[in-house]
Formats: sequence, structure tokens, C-alpha cells
Amino acid sequence: MIAYTLKRILYVTPVALGVSLVCFLLVHLAPGDPLTAVMPIDATAEQQAEMRALYGFDKPLPVQYGIWLWKVLQGDLGTSIASGRPVALEVGRAVGNSLILAAVATLIGFTFGTLFGFVAGYFRNSMVDKLASAVSVLGVSVPHYWLGMVLVIIFSAHLGWLPPTGAGPDGSGSWQPDAEHLRYLILPALTMSAIPMGIIARTVRALVAEILSQDFVQALRAKGLGEWGVFKHVVRNAAPTALAVMGLQLGYLLGGSILIETVFAWPGTGFLLNAAIFQRDLPLLQGTILVLAMFFVVLNLVVDVLQTLLDPRIQRS
Amino acid sequence: MAMAATETLPIEASASPGYWQSVGRRLLRDPVAMGALAVLVIIVLAAVLAPWVAPADPYKATMVRRLRPIGYPGYPLGSDELGRDMLSRLIYGGRLSLFMGVVPVLLAFVIGSSIGIFAGYVGGRINTVVMRTIDVFFAFPSVLLAIALSGVLGAGIINSIVSLTVVFVPQIARVAESVTTQVRSRDYVEAARASGANALAVVRVHVLGNVLGPIFVYATSLISVSMILASGLSFLGLGVKPPEPEWGLMLNTLRTAIYSQPLVAALPGLMIFLTSISFNLFSDGLRTAMEVKQ
Repeated sequence: MIAYTLKRILYVTPVALGVSLVCFLLVHLAPGDPLTAVMPIDATAEQQAEMRALYGFDKPLPVQYGIWLWKVLQGDLGTSIASGRPVALEVGRAVGNSLILAAVATLIGFTFGTLFGFVAGYFRNSMVDKLASAVSVLGVSVPHYWLGMVLVIIFSAHLGWLPPTGAGPDGSGSWQPDAEHLRYLILPALTMSAIPMGIIARTVRALVAEILSQDFVQALRAKGLGEWGVFKHVVRNAAPTALAVMGLQLGYLLGGSILIETVFAWPGTGFLLNAAIFQRDLPLLQGTILVLAMFFVVLNLVVDVLQTLLDPRIQRS
Repeated sequence: MAMAATETLPIEASASPGYWQSVGRRLLRDPVAMGALAVLVIIVLAAVLAPWVAPADPYKATMVRRLRPIGYPGYPLGSDELGRDMLSRLIYGGRLSLFMGVVPVLLAFVIGSSIGIFAGYVGGRINTVVMRTIDVFFAFPSVLLAIALSGVLGAGIINSIVSLTVVFVPQIARVAESVTTQVRSRDYVEAARASGANALAVVRVHVLGNVLGPIFVYATSLISVSMILASGLSFLGLGVKPPEPEWGLMLNTLRTAIYSQPLVAALPGLMIFLTSISFNLFSDGLRTAMEVKQ
């Protein structure tokens, strides 16, 4: 098991390096110089060269990458051009809010997704099955930013039950675990849960149907085990894959939250990214993307190892 | 969203004229897939024939008749925040929305298939290098990658298409590689290689016909994701620029109207939803129709 974990870490390291390289190059893809945004228009060529030297942009790209990576490894993601604060601080503040939102959304999606999936897989071709299939197609087809708007229209504009935007009263910048803040979490979390709900329902349905068709289930029934007992076996067999899908969905939601966070003005990483893009704050953009992508890489690793722990049969090569 | 990436198990297809005919027959008997296709045909036709179908000029604004409700005389689906006819804008909006949703998948289909088939056919060390590079792109959630690229490149139709293509190429390449690897080890391919046929001929005659079908089905399942993402980019202000009619952008500019005209404000999103679900249902039908072997 430990050997396998080490092997996975060894395998993930080049991917992580590749991710850092992509994030680094992203800034150099931008039209013009990364400094264009901060440089006064009337700066002389000499002043520009001075600035470039100050930020290290005069060095060859591989050297710049080396220096940047070394700083990143020490937790230095550079300085935000817009706010002048360290990027690591800004991202650190936002990531907690995003994590709360993504985790609650995944939890809602997972609960209802597995419920739908189990019922559909057990009673295939029944009405419930058709309903579950419909829910899963709706979940993956709906533009979630629009779903968010529709929920705001219904529950905020029309019924006035829930706040339309923000993470808390008086525009508080971060989410707190209390009743008042909870009301702000409901709509964005519900909106976000639509995607994992559809995907998990689909996965679990296929899993349950497949497990039920296997010989060992027949054997269990033949030896006189009750439905409840059989059910426990099905859960035991479906759990590793279902949990793995849930883990990956958490990663997708965290990284893909920008549209929903924008609709709800939720002060998370997506909101930060949006601000960074429109203020052309490239260090902040780079840092946020790097943190989100790295989180996704690590999450993949954890899911993979946990899955093997739950079901030692699946050791990926 | 990378939702489709969780179910990339490619299906096998054997290519012969009879096979495609039977796929067509099965599709015709699938009411859901046919219904979805009908909706798509209507949306596409309306977009293509917009200048003839649309009742009004989609750019003509009148400040006196802003945000009229659905059914207002002269405005069948109401008017937007600048008094422009919603129905006409929705019809015209399909042009850019469909274009920006479909083109990245087409481009990614060509590029991704080439990369994947090459890697799968050549195998060995080159395959490892190509596939590990592709793994790097899988480390980014699709939405994040698309938005990051668009954000850096700047707003615009071309830049959006480029970013979305970059997002889908690795996904299609991975499917193409796995199907090609399977086909490559078949006896008839081995035999063709042993007979001394050059690699290009083997790929053209024996591989392409067997792998393009499954890759195509996978690509069609990406169109819905691509539509949602493309409109999402415009929604964020990273895609189409005003005053062009495009569903994502319209949804964004109408956000301020959710209190005064909620139904009108929700219409552009409804169009994205309708198109995306139709593509999904049709793609599901196609998958089912192709999965069943003769």
C-alpha cells in the first residue's frame, strides 16, 4: 500500500511540474509584456528596461521559470498588481470560501445523486428510473450560471426568502458558520450541486445495475440472504467508485466555480479570478490558477489512494 | 465542465455500409433522440435563416420601450434593456452561440484525433511522452482552463474559440489514443503491418474507419459542454462583445432586469439550456444506436 502510494506520488510529480509550467507560460501568452499593465504609458525605454530588470523579465524564460518555481515552492506567489498585497494572502483568504461552497454543493449533489442512482439502478426501466435519468441529463445540460439566476429570481426577487448575493450580511468578506451566513450559502450551493448530482446519479445507476447482474448477488440470494443483506453488499461494492467520483467532482467544482461565484458575488477564488482578469492583474491570475490546479492534482492523488485503500483490487498501473 | 471526462469509455464500432444503415434505423426508432434532433434542426434553421425569420432588427434600440413583458404588442417575447426585440435577438443570437459552441469541438475533433491516433498507433516511448503531456492538461478543470486562457488572451470570438479548442483537444486525444491502441493490436492490423504496408496506408485503410466513429460520438457529447462554456465566457464578458446578439452575453446584460422582467431576463439562458440538452439527448441516442453490434 505504501509502495503504491509512493508510486502514485512519483507519477504525479511530473504532472505537477507540467501544471506549474503551464501556469508560468500563461502569463507570457498575454499580449504585450506582463508589465504593460503597471507601466505608465509615458515611461522611457530606459525606465522600462529598469522595471523589466527589477521583475526579472530581462532574463531568458527558462531562468525566469526556475526563479519563479523556487519562490512558489517557498510559498511566495508574487504580489498582486491591483491591491499590492501578496498573492498568497489573497488566494488563501478566498480559497476557504470557495472550499465551503464546493464542499456543501458536493455533499448535496452526492446525497441526492446516490439516492436517485440507487433507486434507478435497483428498479431499472421503472418510472423512478426514468425520472432519475431525466434528473441526470438536466443536471449536466443546464447552464449553471442561468440556473443560479433562475433560483435568484424565484427565491430572492419573487418570494424574498433568501439573499440574492454575497456571503453574509453587510457584505462580509468571508463566510462564517452561523445561521445568518447559512442563508447566504443556500442558493449558490444548490445551484452548484446540480452538476455533481447528475453525474453521480448516472454513475451510481450504472454501478448498481452492473453489480446486481453479477453472479455473486445471485449466490447471495440463493443462500437465502434477505434484500437488506444484499443491499449492504451492493453498497460495499459501489462505494469506492462512487466516492472517487465525488472526490473528483469536488475538484471540478472548486476549479469551475468562477461562473457561479460571479452570479452570486461569492467572495471565493472564482470571484478573485474574475477580478484578476478584468484588472489584468496577471500575478494574481497566475497564483489563483496555480493554487486551484495544484489542489485538483493533489485531490486526484488522494482520491486515487483512498479508492485503492477501500478496494485493493483496483491498483492503477 | 469536465463532466463528460468521467465517462470516456469509448465504444467499439465496426465500419461497414450495413452497420451505418442499421445505426440510422435504430436512431430513427428512438423518439427521444429524434425529438432532440427536431429541436436542434429548428434552432439551427432559425439561426441560419435569421434575416428572413426574425420579425425585427435585432440591433434597433428604442429607449421608450425598454424591458417590455412577454406578449407586449409588437414584441412577442418582450424587449431587452435597450428596447430591442427579444425574439429577434434570440433568433440572431443562435448564430454566434451555435458557432462558438460547435466550432471548438470540430477543431478539437480534427486536432485531438490526429494526436491521439498518432500516439496510439506509434505506441512506445512517443506515446508515453504525448499522453503524459495530455495528463498535464487534465490536471486543470475545464472551466478553469477555458477562463484562464480567455482571460489572458483577452475577450473576443477568436480567442474564445482558441481557448475552448485547447480545452477539448486533450479530452478527445485521450479517447482517440485508447481506441487506436485497442484497434492496433487486432489481427488484421498486425497482418497488414506484417505484409509490409506503410504506416499511413494501414492507418488510412484499417485504423481510421474503426476509430473515427467512437471518437465522433464522444465529440458530440462535448458539444453541449462547449455551448455552455462558450456562452459562459460571453456571460463573463470574455467572449462576444456588445451589441452583438449572443445568448450568454444577453443573459449577462439582462441580469439587472431580474426584478423588473424576470421572465424576459431568463429567456437567453433557456435557449442555451434547450440547445445543450438537445445535443446531450441526441448524443446519448447516437451512443446507444452505435453500441449495439450487428
